[in-house]
Amino acid sequence: MSVNAESLMQPNQKNGLFSWLKTWLTTVDHKKIAVLYLFGGGLFFLIGGIEAMLIRLQLTAPENHFLTGSAYNQVLTMHGTTMIFFVAMPMIFAFMNAVVPLQIGARDVAFPFVNALGFWLFFLGGIILNLSWFLGGAPEAGWTAYAPLSTEYLGRGMDFYVLGLQVAGAGTLMGGINFLVTIINMRAPGMTFMRMPLFTWTAFVTSALILFAFPALTVGLFEIFFDRLFGGNFFNATNGGNSIIFEHIFWIFGHPEVYILILPSFGILSEVISTFSKKRLFGYHSMVFATILIGFLAFMVWVHHMFTVGLGPIANTIFALATMAIAVPTGIKIFNWIFTMWGGQIRFTTANLYAVSFIPTFVMGGVTGVMLAIPAADFQFQDSYFVVAHFHYVIVGGVILGLFAGLYYWWPKMFGRCLNETLGKINFWFFFIGFHVTFFPQHFLGLMGMPRRYFTYLPGEHLTTLNVVSSIGAIGMAIGVITLVVNIVYTFVKGEKAEGDAWGTGRTLEWSIPSPAPEYNFAQTPLVKGIDTYWKEKMDGNKKVTAAEPLGDVHMPSPSIMPFLMSISLTIVSFGFIFSDKGVHRTVSFAVAGIGIAMMLGCMLVRSIKDDSGFHIHKEEIIETEKGMSK
Amino acid sequence: MSKPSNTSLYMERQKRKRELTYYLVSFFMMLLLTGLSFAAVAMKGIEKHFTAFFIVTLAVIQVAFQLYYFMHLKDKNHGMPALFIYSGAFVAFITVLAFVSIVWIS
Ligand code: HEM
Ligand SMILES: [Cu+2]
Repeated sequence: MSVNAESLMQPNQKNGLFSWLKTWLTTVDHKKIAVLYLFGGGLFFLIGGIEAMLIRLQLTAPENHFLTGSAYNQVLTMHGTTMIFFVAMPMIFAFMNAVVPLQIGARDVAFPFVNALGFWLFFLGGIILNLSWFLGGAPEAGWTAYAPLSTEYLGRGMDFYVLGLQVAGAGTLMGGINFLVTIINMRAPGMTFMRMPLFTWTAFVTSALILFAFPALTVGLFEIFFDRLFGGNFFNATNGGNSIIFEHIFWIFGHPEVYILILPSFGILSEVISTFSKKRLFGYHSMVFATILIGFLAFMVWVHHMFTVGLGPIANTIFALATMAIAVPTGIKIFNWIFTMWGGQIRFTTANLYAVSFIPTFVMGGVTGVMLAIPAADFQFQDSYFVVAHFHYVIVGGVILGLFAGLYYWWPKMFGRCLNETLGKINFWFFFIGFHVTFFPQHFLGLMGMPRRYFTYLPGEHLTTLNVVSSIGAIGMAIGVITLVVNIVYTFVKGEKAEGDAWGTGRTLEWSIPSPAPEYNFAQTPLVKGIDTYWKEKMDGNKKVTAAEPLGDVHMPSPSIMPFLMSISLTIVSFGFIFSDKGVHRTVSFAVAGIGIAMMLGCMLVRSIKDDSGFHIHKEEIIETEKGMSK
Repeated sequence: MSKPSNTSLYMERQKRKRELTYYLVSFFMMLLLTGLSFAAVAMKGIEKHFTAFFIVTLAVIQVAFQLYYFMHLKDKNHGMPALFIYSGAFVAFITVLAFVSIVWIS
């Protein structure tokens, strides 16, 4: 319960690698966890990116022998799995952690400990998956891991897939629940639901989708796990199982998952476009409505991934109509963004370039989506490069462009320095043009009959030219990403210091406090008077947002190493099971798993017995800190 | 410094009494419903499908009673939990519906 003045210092002011490591391993501060998610996701982004380049290298020439057969399948599977589960997901959590508590005027998330646990589970899940490269080969059944291929025909790589995703998925589920509770219970006085910034709204709906979708994945993975390791027959047709069930389970999770990814990007876009148009978001209420409607519909369309399975015309028709219906709320959003820009004073910062370029790109992905949603047509498109083009347009052209917009937009709030704009623009143009050059030709490759997930094609098939174009585009994207890395390093070394209201036209609460946000976020909890509170206060001539409470001591949760230890325990459990293929080593590996489980239970016991009521930052310290910070 | 008036005290007592009645009524309803389910299974001469349908219906009613009377879903300020419970039930329902209707190739 003592004062912890140390905690107010920046980590780099402390000396020694050990204390630096300790700060990051034990932190439960949502702002630091955001940084961890950002760099964790960034690391996997580089790995997944290298895998993508290898795939393009193989496909540049017909009958290429660079990466064939199983090796190609492994790289392909790891690329997809990494990008969806270990890049897009953590990036979303990075921004949710960095921004949501600040936007709702809270001092932290509802469960800081669980927040840290969620991060470490994600990170170690990714490590488990990637260690497969060195321990007998990576998974190779595609990111969808359809049974019975994944259960009966492939090797140990699939166990890495199952357990890595299981561990990471548990972390994601915790994160989702945490943000639901945070947004429901921790809003500042006056912050009604209909005054919440749109990014917070999308974070809320995304968290609800996580809550309902991830359990399906957990169940599906458990069933594969039992089929593989304990002779279960969930998906084994000869013994009465049914492998179609796995496709259902996977897509009942999988389709909501793609909306889990895109909704926060929609939120980022709404913030960025309105800030840089110097205008209130057009149609706030319809935006909220559209977000909720998309979340709702997301659960009723999964069969569009299974049109060719043969579920019959009635099922296909129902799901086709439901799928096309999603285009309506999505369209509402597109028009609202355009109307927000209409008549605004638009500033094309890098963040805004990313946001604006998102709009036409994502529309193209939506159009191919509606094309795919026509079952009769999908019988032609299914499993061709047309589908590959579609989902890269929505995921790279949608999710990633949105996340990059958010990166440039909130970087000053997260780190106190602005990313360099010149490098930013180079980054943007290379990435954006590279993206279109890479993926636009893939529509036509698909229509010309190039199948998805094949490692080569023949010289006489007229597929060579477009594949070469596609690979050249990939080089452009790589240059873009390298420029981003250079920009980040440059900014850490000599970036410009950012103001509290870094862009000068900030509208929401996060811009009303110093950059980077102090440990306690708000010296006084703000009183929210409307949508875009901070902008309203500025227009009323106030420098600061009205406070809802007198200045006082602030209660903080204490750091803990437990989340890290718990995640390590589950990693040990995972390795126990991964190496438990039937054979001599079975008892040994079960013993290892048992040790991991015991460690986990021990950690939980310690956590429940140890009484830790956090610490207080005193009023005087807060006054001192506020003085020292940039406005 | 006014003491709680007689009327408000009276109201408070009435309310508690009503709560208690609710509890007791729902408790005995539970016993009754459970008894009925057992009886339905034990009784001979009833079609199997009917029994299954009957006891599942009773189970649904019991869950509702549990949630509303014992777990306070009927009280004020429980809108959010109710929303999430219903959304979860909805997702679970369509999932199960899919598994019983469209898993076999037709
Ligand atoms: C207007 C909205 C959309 C529609 C109508 C739509 C429709 C479809 C359809 C019908 C397919 C199945 C194609 C096939 O396998 O033959 C598909 C695949 C896919 N979609 Fe979309 N989609 C939409 C938006 C999105 C969004 C927003 C995302 C992600 C952010 C997304 C990600 C994907 C992915 C990853 C796949 C491929 C899954 C796989 O087989 O690996 N889609 N989409
Ligand atoms: Cu889908």
